[in-house]
Amino acid sequence: MNLDFLKNFSLKEEVLKRLITPEIEEAIAKTPKPVGSFGYDPWGYNENMAKVGMGVTKLLYDKYFRVVASGLENIPKNGRVLIVPNHSGQLPMDGVLIGYAIATNDHGPRAPRAMIERFFPTVPWLGNLLNGFGAVIGDPLNCERMLENDEAIIVFPEGVRGSGKLYKKRYQLQRFGNGFMHLAMAHNTPIIPCGVVGCEETMPAIADIKPLAKLLGIPYAPISPLLPLPARVHLNFGEPMMFKGDINNEEEVTERVEQVKDEIRKLIDKGLQERTSLY
Amino acid sequence: MAEKKTVLVTGAAGSLAKRVIARLHGKYQVVAVDFRRKVETDADIPSYKVEMFKRGFEDIFRKHKIDAVLHIGRIFAHESSRQNRYNANVLGSKRLFDLCRKYKVGQVLVHSTYYVYGASPYNPALLDEEAPLKASGVTADLVDTVELESLAKIHMWRYPELNMTILRPCNVLGPGVRNSMSLLLSRPLTPVLMGFSPLMQFLHVDDMADALFTAFEKNKPGIYNVAPDDWVAYQEAVEQCGCKKLPLLSIPPVLPKLISGLLNWNAFFPPYLINYFKYPVIIDGKLFRETFDWKPKRNLNDIFSYYRKNKLVTA
Repeated sequence: MNLDFLKNFSLKEEVLKRLITPEIEEAIAKTPKPVGSFGYDPWGYNENMAKVGMGVTKLLYDKYFRVVASGLENIPKNGRVLIVPNHSGQLPMDGVLIGYAIATNDHGPRAPRAMIERFFPTVPWLGNLLNGFGAVIGDPLNCERMLENDEAIIVFPEGVRGSGKLYKKRYQLQRFGNGFMHLAMAHNTPIIPCGVVGCEETMPAIADIKPLAKLLGIPYAPISPLLPLPARVHLNFGEPMMFKGDINNEEEVTERVEQVKDEIRKLIDKGLQERTSLY
Repeated sequence: MAEKKTVLVTGAAGSLAKRVIARLHGKYQVVAVDFRRKVETDADIPSYKVEMFKRGFEDIFRKHKIDAVLHIGRIFAHESSRQNRYNANVLGSKRLFDLCRKYKVGQVLVHSTYYVYGASPYNPALLDEEAPLKASGVTADLVDTVELESLAKIHMWRYPELNMTILRPCNVLGPGVRNSMSLLLSRPLTPVLMGFSPLMQFLHVDDMADALFTAFEKNKPGIYNVAPDDWVAYQEAVEQCGCKKLPLLSIPPVLPKLISGLLNWNAFFPPYLINYFKYPVIIDGKLFRETFDWKPKRNLNDIFSYYRKNKLVTA
């Protein structure tokens, strides 16, 4: 019995050794991310878990989705920043790929943070895993404290409206929440617009079975491929946008959100033009 | 030379209070009080075994001119029934505060707990002192901790002359500590919930004693979280303390509570605390650290190594 235990142990080590390449080790070492004595930060990010996550994502990023990323030089090497992309593809694969692009950025890697749905912490293993990779529940307080802590945060202001939309609405931006703009203004944070092309084609949905979603307590239940298809993904990061907090009413906030949406649309168009084949 | 201040310390038989008394001794006149037993102390420290909600308690105030109270004593869930606990922790504290007013005590320090925030999947991290106290929503067994705090807070605002300070420490561990977490990590086989390993904060009991002592000496009334700037996942802490993990099925949620109840794990893994082993309650100790210029001297490894070594000795 003792021997079995040892065998499993070495297998785990072996897998980890293959997953966590020297490039990943190097990127993590270069990342300006303060952590406690056991490698954790107050939101549950853990260096070792982040390495494993990056190891798995590397395969998806390089081999499966063959991601092409440009504009990474726009992401500041230090300091708080909000990365605001369009959302699509049923599963938050776009978040994962953007996160990997940021974490391995040659111009200066950052530990990517993402705001996730509130039900994740209640799911065994998955909740801890996502926390370890850097995701936290989408509580505005979390976002504020993380900005004060100079983190790089990915937010999808469309939320499930974007990720759950049907294929016929592909590359049409859904309504954006204004929360991210309020946070950016209050905490003097640059916004990096980001256009994601390709994720729409990973899980094209023809319909959403709303009663089933309600029954299961999930945001949507699409009729789509069960696993993401290997579509080519193009990520385009735009130049930082700064907004001052001198607003008189919510309409002015919405106008600023529209400015960000316009930039994202341009970046999506750029990606669509770059793309030579879907899969 | 001015006369020494007299400080009443409750829960004097506990490991934390003992350490606080050691720090006070000499500079202040200490009066030690505990409901469990008359504590053996140095010759010049009067010590009483008394229950705070009983009448005899007032005699201590009649006999000594009390200048300050450090209210550390608390009955844990495994020590008594819910009713007794409510009497001691809530009614006892109310009586203590009333006596403090009657006898014009100039300073009161209350030792609360981070449990008051409640463990919920929706908690943001780094809860500050203004975060809502949701513990009583989690379980009726924590009502007394929340009630005690609201009582203290009422006194704090209404009677500023009491100079009330409330401290909410994270998990306090170390030699002699008998709280649930310490008993849990002292065990060779420690229950963990499968698929859940919430982030936690730990403080060495000596650092907590320093914190109480500093808060007493500097006297800056208010509510403060007391926690280090360091975090570790529960299951990792369990490993670091040299415990073997006993994985419990965590779904459906009622199952671990049932197991804990059936096996009578009240002392170290009580049903009402199970959510704290599922969801993180991470508090922000910045306000205390900056107000009192205090920093823990022992790190997580210092804390865990005590439990690790203890197991090697007994093995």
